Amino acid sequence: MIPTLAGRLQTRIFLLATVGVVLTALIVPVLPGTTGSLARTYGTAYLILLAVAVVGLFWELLYHLLMQFRWDKDWPTLFGLVTIVPEGLLMWVLLEQGLIPGVDGPVAFSTFATMFVFVWVGQWLFANGPMRVVSVQWRLRGGRIV
Amino acid sequence: MLQDAGIPVYDVPLVSVGGGFGSFTLLDVLRICGVPASAMRVLSNSDTPWQTWEYLTRVSQLPPAERIRSDAGARPDNIWGFPSYAVHEAWQDKSPKLLWQVLVEPVFTDFFSPRAATVFATVKREADRISYWDMLLKGQVRMVRRRDGGGYFTLLTPPPGSSPTKRVAFRSQYVHLAVGYPGLKFLEDLQQFRETYNDYHRVVNAYEPHEHVYEFLKTRPGTVVVRGAGIVASRVLQRLMDDRERHGLQTRIIHLFRAFVTGPHGRGPWMRRDGGDGWAYQAFTFPKSAFGGQLKARFRRLEGAERAALYKTVGGTTTPKLRRWQEQMRTGRQGDWYHPMQATVHKVEPTPDGRLVSFVSHGDGTPGHHVSDFIIDCTGLEADMPEHRVLADLLEHGGARRNGAGRLTVEESFEVSGTASGNGALYASGAAVAGNHFPAVDSFLGMQTAALDIAADLARRGFCAPLGSGRSISQWLKWATGRRI
Repeated sequence: MIPTLAGRLQTRIFLLATVGVVLTALIVPVLPGTTGSLARTYGTAYLILLAVAVVGLFWELLYHLLMQFRWDKDWPTLFGLVTIVPEGLLMWVLLEQGLIPGVDGPVAFSTFATMFVFVWVGQWLFANGPMRVVSVQWRLRGGRIV
Repeated sequence: MLQDAGIPVYDVPLVSVGGGFGSFTLLDVLRICGVPASAMRVLSNSDTPWQTWEYLTRVSQLPPAERIRSDAGARPDNIWGFPSYAVHEAWQDKSPKLLWQVLVEPVFTDFFSPRAATVFATVKREADRISYWDMLLKGQVRMVRRRDGGGYFTLLTPPPGSSPTKRVAFRSQYVHLAVGYPGLKFLEDLQQFRETYNDYHRVVNAYEPHEHVYEFLKTRPGTVVVRGAGIVASRVLQRLMDDRERHGLQTRIIHLFRAFVTGPHGRGPWMRRDGGDGWAYQAFTFPKSAFGGQLKARFRRLEGAERAALYKTVGGTTTPKLRRWQEQMRTGRQGDWYHPMQATVHKVEPTPDGRLVSFVSHGDGTPGHHVSDFIIDCTGLEADMPEHRVLADLLEHGGARRNGAGRLTVEESFEVSGTASGNGALYASGAAVAGNHFPAVDSFLGMQTAALDIAADLARRGFCAPLGSGRSISQWLKWATGRRI
């Protein structure tokens, strides 16, 4: 990918609000390690998704800064995949520390990890293919939606 | 006037002059945007959109099975770039290795690039699908002129015997020019040598057929002077080195760089390009983001001198740092048969025993000379724009202007500035519009960018449908299932 800063931010929000929302809806009923009602799990899952979006905007600023050291000003496909590690770890720490507003009570690591990996990989695959069909111009204007 | 001259006039809403990838890409986009094939014509010397490109790549040592210098997502046959050429070739070859390459590029492997043959085959399929052949008319375009009543006349000389008149004219509201390079440019000292000694055998341009050089070197040991620092120099070196290895030859290579790059270079850590051993390294013809990211946005924002300065920073001659080429050159340097050096050539003369001697000044200013059997000029393609008759006529009579880079000035819609005619518009794409708001015009993705921007402008004028998400998805499904449109 060859994102601009605006493109990064817009794509992050767009993908979470579309692919992320759908994939979360699909994975929640089969998540391991959940306790309590399904509605409660959905609530927690979407709060985590929202947190990924908000914290993600800061991650994007960091990625954009790091990208400036690259001559091509590109963000290789692999980077989009491996950034799951720092982002996932930070999100888990925030969750453990009870710093995600609205999430009360503990979330099992297996629950979190399954959801996070599933949604992340799904979004990454979408961004590296079908997204180009949804908007022909998307890849030609640095990932901007508007 | 045309009728008085006995020239038949045909009406067609849009005419594209050129018939290479530039024309093909625009027509592909416009067909996807719902324009019927009957509303468009391509006027061309070429039988296929890939003919000129195939010729140039082949003679410059890129046979169909070799990989070109282009990104996986730049597919002239598929405006979406999905699935990419990497997925296409992986599927075709049943080779997950290519998928792995595109996943870990460029960090752990070289960038994936498609084979030239993949491009020909997929463009052929798309040309069939969009009825390209029904839109193609062969002939030599003489000129494009504005009409008093709006729109344009395009004058064509059909192939001899194919038409009752020597010329025919097309009356259209829209014209698109994608005529490619005006021609070859030769280094002055080499051109002088060729003209003085009438020797076109030993001094060759890499974009001319020069297979005889490689054949000669198979028959006896020889020395070749290679000049140039771009992708074609790399490919010529690869051919010489491959042959050396494959046939056990004793070829010596003297590689003359006008500017010798010794290492990473640039303004600072945020603008530093890799380089070394003479070369400036870059995966593609521009930094990747110039094709659609940060640099593209910056070029669009800047104007005048600032834009020119950015062109200077990121432009210039480069070649990809491919692992295989690095290995070959290392072997050559260690074996003392590949000699890269900085040198300015003053003149070339024949020796009494039928060889060539290049008189040079080396990088440190010391004079020297190099004797060789052949000289291969790999320095580039770009002749001056007015050498193309249609462009020259457009500059003289059509209201077009040249930009700072000497090419056609265009608006952001790729409409050629100053050429509007009533409710008509004249667009251009490809090499002729370099140096404007978008740098990467002379590339697959660049031509698609131009085509999409032209189509958006034509949609605004009511000529075609806009390419929104709905149309894009439905048209992609048609593409994927191979349905004709």
